[in-house]
Amino acid sequence: MNLINVENLSVSYGLNTVLRGVDFKIELGEIVTVVGPNGSGKTSLLKAIIGAIKPAKGSITLKPRLKIGYVPQRLNFQSTLPITVERFVRLTGKIDQKSCISALEIAGVSELLKSQMSELSGGQFQRVLLARALLGDPEILILDEATQGLDQPGSASFYRQLETVRQDTGCAVLMISHDLHVVMSASDRVICLNGHVCCAGTPAVVASTPEYKALFGDGTDGALALYRHDHGHDHSKIKSEQL
Amino acid sequence: MLDDFMIRATLAGIGVAVAAAPLGCFVVWRRMAYFGEATAHAAMLGVALSLALNLSIFFGVLVVAVVMAWIVTQLSGRNYAMDTLLGVFAHSSLAVGLVLVSFLAGIRLDLMAYLFGDILAVSRLDLAIIWSGVAVVIGLIFWRWTALLTATINEELAYANGLNPRQEQLFLSLALGVTIAVAIKVVGVLLIVSMLIIPAAAARNFVRTPEAMVISTAIIGSISTLVGLRGAYIFDTPPGPSIVCIAFALFIISTIIGFIKTRG
Repeated sequence: MNLINVENLSVSYGLNTVLRGVDFKIELGEIVTVVGPNGSGKTSLLKAIIGAIKPAKGSITLKPRLKIGYVPQRLNFQSTLPITVERFVRLTGKIDQKSCISALEIAGVSELLKSQMSELSGGQFQRVLLARALLGDPEILILDEATQGLDQPGSASFYRQLETVRQDTGCAVLMISHDLHVVMSASDRVICLNGHVCCAGTPAVVASTPEYKALFGDGTDGALALYRHDHGHDHSKIKSEQL
Repeated sequence: MLDDFMIRATLAGIGVAVAAAPLGCFVVWRRMAYFGEATAHAAMLGVALSLALNLSIFFGVLVVAVVMAWIVTQLSGRNYAMDTLLGVFAHSSLAVGLVLVSFLAGIRLDLMAYLFGDILAVSRLDLAIIWSGVAVVIGLIFWRWTALLTATINEELAYANGLNPRQEQLFLSLALGVTIAVAIKVVGVLLIVSMLIIPAAAARNFVRTPEAMVISTAIIGSISTLVGLRGAYIFDTPPGPSIVCIAFALFIISTIIGFIKTRG
């Protein structure tokens, strides 16, 4: 069974229709990236999937009791609310302290366990959100521009962590990203969105379609060649780099 | 023991402080200070309706407060921000309430009585009603605690966890409605709204967890009641405003300590 089945989805805000006739599905363990210009309905698509907005037409079917780990685009954290990182991460679900610490370790921020959420920097915040999303054994991670606010090395290591998590837990990933290099190298499938699905398929196929080139130009062809994902490569090398 | 009016007043004040503590924290966290005030104003329409239809004031106020909260929650986020809608409904319901009362033959609504209440006139029945309300509010908040906290931190995170933030908002509104309904006759709108905001604001500087903030808020609210009532008795000042003055003094002390802590 697919984790997520989206059929003929339309989303409107008042009279303004931002998504029309979107069809796609996500299978177990695959990394799917949504790309598209600003205002193309990417965030609306994710919000519809998690149930934060109701579709105007069409249907979204989730696997029954699908466990979603969600990292929102920006979190306007209320600094008026006093809460430690640990409490925040363990808030939903019955999470013991050990798994909380190990999730923070995976996200690279275990030293922040006792810090106040309101005192974190943007990058630290994003990693804590990732750690929280990883807990409770999600079957799919949904990330809305999760690396926004991270610098280049930060976002590179974020994607490496994502890859590690996928390999360790086998969870699927659905993400929105503007880092076209990363998208093209790390995804199994790419969905190019602009109010509707312009084109979809493996990174190589999508990058060669006229629709994609019309939106993003030819520039990323080179990047694709440079960063093409090699499933045979050795991850121990990346890990030693991180150390 | 309950024969003494000062003891009944103190117990009533502490009841309001305890019920208002968790609600006040959410009001501060969610930046909805205006929400408490708007609900309290709308309560005046509830008072008027109760008099017109010969219902209990408790019932009228509860229904109007919850209905207003529901309408505002449903309408917000489209073309109007929450505070705009609250402004519209709070003042309109207050006005409609006062106009309605003017049609009632033989009834003069003493606005001051509901603004300031009369805490020294608390009866045993009033006490029973207040503490039943406290039990309902604490039970409701305890039951929805995790969901409410998650929805307060971020609505989308709540949705992704299978929660419904709008439903949680309604639970909060219901608890607020209950608090105002049980307390309005006794302590008045001014004291309820003050108890919602000032102790929670004073507690913020000392705490690192949400639970600690709720408990500190309840303590600060109770101290304000005890000291305020005692002061009112000794200096013959109005009791409700005296309680608010003590809460305000505690807020100032807390702010100064918080200021010193961040600098030092």
